[in-house]
Amino acid sequence: MSLLNGLSAFLMSLGTFFFVVGTLGLLRFPDIYTRLHALTKADNLGLGLLIAGLALQAETFAGILKLILIWLLVLASSATISFLVARTTLSRGIEPRRKA
Amino acid sequence: MILFELGLILVLILTIIGGLTRVMRGPTAADRMLTAQLFATASVAILLLLAEVMSTPPLRDVALVFALLTAIAGIAFVQRIWDRESKIGG
Repeated sequence: MSLLNGLSAFLMSLGTFFFVVGTLGLLRFPDIYTRLHALTKADNLGLGLLIAGLALQAETFAGILKLILIWLLVLASSATISFLVARTTLSRGIEPRRKA
Repeated sequence: MILFELGLILVLILTIIGGLTRVMRGPTAADRMLTAQLFATASVAILLLLAEVMSTPPLRDVALVFALLTAIAGIAFVQRIWDRESKIGG
């Protein structure tokens, strides 16, 4: 297995690991706000690492640019959605959980 | 390499199925919307991996459209449904 293939496989498996960890956070965190964090930060990091691993194997330079564009779009939409959901949830009166 | 990517696709599908329990259990409607976000992000990842496995570059354009649609769906949920409930129900 050449160096490029090995590095690409390592990056992709690390990205999938972050995906699994982010979803685990979505399942296990106690509050809507913490779940929002787990989803929009960890999952997007996993997607970014996955795309980095795929970009090492793309054929043309336009393919690499398209992959990076997809990642930037998902980042921007996740940031917008997390802010909107958090603001609307707070305005509906759902309090963040505080440890006593 | 292709077998390895197929394994990653399987792991991502299992992740989506595991995230579905949040749809059943989530106390607020925003939790269910978050699971839709998870669906969308994970399906973008699955589509990009499939584009490598099946050597079909147009699947990357499908992933791009998915990424745009999740933004629209999330904003529609927040602005039209979640916000309107609070105005009607109080």
